[in-house]
Amino acid sequence: MLKTFPLGGVHPPENKLTADIPIEYLSVPESVIIPVSQHIGSPANPVVNKGDAVRTGQLIAAGKGFISANIHSPVSGKVNKIDFASDSTGYKQTAIFIDVEGDEWLDTIDRSKEIIRDIKLSPEEIVKKCFESGIVGLGGATFPSHVKLTVQSGKKCEVLIINGVECEPYLTADHRLMLEKGEEILTGATILMKALNVDRAMIGIENNKPDAIAHITKLATSFKGISVYPLKVKYPQGAEKQLIKALTGREVPSGRLPLDVGAVVHNVGTAFAVYEAVQKNKPLFERVVTVTGKSLSKPGNYMVRTGTSLARLIEAAGGLPDDTGKIINGGPMMGKALNNTDVPVVKGMSGVVIFPAGESLRDEIKPCIRCAKCVSACPLNLEPFLLMTLSEKGLFERAEKERITDCMECGSCSFTCPASRPLLDYIRLGKSSVIKMARARNLK
Amino acid sequence: MSNLLNVSPSPHLHGKESTQKLMLNVVLALIPAFITSVFYFGTGAVIVTVISVASCLLFEYLIQRFILKRPLSITDGSALVTGILLAFNLPSNIPVLIIIIGSFISIAVAKMTFGGLGNNPFNPALVGRVFMLISFPVQMTSWPLPKGFGTGYLDAVTGATPLAVIKEGIKNGEPLSQLMDKIPTPSQMFLGDMGGSMGEVAAIALIIGFVYLLWRKVITWHIPVSIIGTMAIFTAILWFVNPEKNADPGFHILAGGVLLGAIFMATDYVTSPMNPKSMIIYGFGIGLITVIIRVWGAYPEGVSFAILIMNAFVPLMNTYIKPKRFGEEVQNG
Repeated sequence: MLKTFPLGGVHPPENKLTADIPIEYLSVPESVIIPVSQHIGSPANPVVNKGDAVRTGQLIAAGKGFISANIHSPVSGKVNKIDFASDSTGYKQTAIFIDVEGDEWLDTIDRSKEIIRDIKLSPEEIVKKCFESGIVGLGGATFPSHVKLTVQSGKKCEVLIINGVECEPYLTADHRLMLEKGEEILTGATILMKALNVDRAMIGIENNKPDAIAHITKLATSFKGISVYPLKVKYPQGAEKQLIKALTGREVPSGRLPLDVGAVVHNVGTAFAVYEAVQKNKPLFERVVTVTGKSLSKPGNYMVRTGTSLARLIEAAGGLPDDTGKIINGGPMMGKALNNTDVPVVKGMSGVVIFPAGESLRDEIKPCIRCAKCVSACPLNLEPFLLMTLSEKGLFERAEKERITDCMECGSCSFTCPASRPLLDYIRLGKSSVIKMARARNLK
Repeated sequence: MSNLLNVSPSPHLHGKESTQKLMLNVVLALIPAFITSVFYFGTGAVIVTVISVASCLLFEYLIQRFILKRPLSITDGSALVTGILLAFNLPSNIPVLIIIIGSFISIAVAKMTFGGLGNNPFNPALVGRVFMLISFPVQMTSWPLPKGFGTGYLDAVTGATPLAVIKEGIKNGEPLSQLMDKIPTPSQMFLGDMGGSMGEVAAIALIIGFVYLLWRKVITWHIPVSIIGTMAIFTAILWFVNPEKNADPGFHILAGGVLLGAIFMATDYVTSPMNPKSMIIYGFGIGLITVIIRVWGAYPEGVSFAILIMNAFVPLMNTYIKPKRFGEEVQNG
């Protein structure tokens, strides 16, 4: 029997249209817009000024505080201005505008194709390198990686988990990366193991990627302590706590961190970025983005410099189809719908899914028939129908007791509801009100 | 780009399930039982089902159109299921007017007064049935005997159900071993060759429906298994204590409406609990009350009452019995 997490989960149609399309390097754009906040935590501080010449890989904004990340120039050229720009969330934030001239990389970056397995840095140096290189979690959460690699005293990491699940439908960026950069990913995992001082790493890959499982399993035999686990296909297996449960059987207590059960989880994309940072001295300024959709003429997996306009990326994939109804930043289960394509690619963007108009509207809301399918779909065993009602009626104290803040917004409840009720919309509303309420209470 | 983009919060995908499809699956699961009822009771089974379904749909339509003035919902299939289930709980020779009254009680009183689908605390078909049982005791307990497909609507030969035979006999002090000879054999009962409500008799047909519902994930095993399990254990104890006064568990499960009730009525979404723990307690309650009514109560059969009584506890169970959340009081070894 394949491993998986025991509670809830759904199986949306996979639609991995781009699974067989190799990663294509997108040419350097004419100009880029680099938001200074591409991670969870405080925004970075710009360290360049208007008119400055920058080179590819140069630090342009420095992380502020512990939970923050550096940002590097993905191109060479001149800083045009530092101004506000809309990012993919729709909010305006400070961004550095650069006009591209050529593609001059910093000399310190090793651009050779050679794969270096030998790790020279000490654990402390690795963590430092990750911070300097602006590495953040590339699975989508963009949590600064050096924070996850810093084990607080009193806690001990026992196992490193590498997340190659990619449970979101449509997305194939991690899948392609595993096939094409397998050795780099495994070296990256070894570096992470060294930094965390563990001798064991588990790589979880869903069973719908048999080629990646075979490839990584074969490569892993030449690495020490790394084993690959095929997992039963079930959404949301890529969620950190669900993956830990599936692989180790350990359950991260509500409100605690994976390290509390001795695990640290990093995405395969992050492992690759760590490899490049540590072995090749290359900061994080490009990533693989899946651009896909049923009507798209040239869907694919593109290696893109951050700051590239999404419009340009979609152009490379054949341009927006005429029947476009929705553009989703991320996967269709947890991604955010965009209202325009003039937004820059950022570190956390794993895919862009384009839905035809026919698939972009919701069904009519019908009365709840109390079928409890939302309860059995919830991977946290919450009661979505109840949380929705409580949020709708403003009963936030009760919603808090029913653990509304545990919800990770995976959307399994809304996906599964036969009456097409917008369960997650209301739960989000309730959750934010409960968080506000709890904050106000803590201030007293 | 000429057309505007749709922007909505995630998830952007929706499963293929809908209320209508679920209801349709329940109807499909009931087809084997319908076929067997026509096979045993003839034309009456068809007439009763058609009248019951038609009047349930009509009452729902009229109430929504003229009283509630809300968008029509009869296409959701729930009134169709109520109509079929109500018919399956009736004898096949019941007069038309009584069916219409029962349908009215089911839809108008038990369902629409509470706000329609999703809001009724009690199973509508059972409310209708129990109302009819109390108001028309003669017509509701004149059970046609299974005389085959050719049986006419109102000229069916009637007789007592196996449950009634046993109940009467034990009351008159007859030993059970003699009574068992007066009722159909277990294999006849399994195939449905006995008197009773038209949809409840054939265990085999109901079990086929159960397997279908499980396969299509319309229901889970918890409620039916817990009802039947509880009844089996409870009646086994009674049988063990006094085999001359109490029938064996096999008889109790095959006779009467246990399977129809456990598989199709107690699992009604709206009126049953919403997490596995509560479902098992709910099923236990139904099994227990059914046996108590059958063995010590005034009626030979108690499934309908047991389900309605446990329906009343569902809101309480939903409020106080909670599933164990992920990450709650975990012990990691």
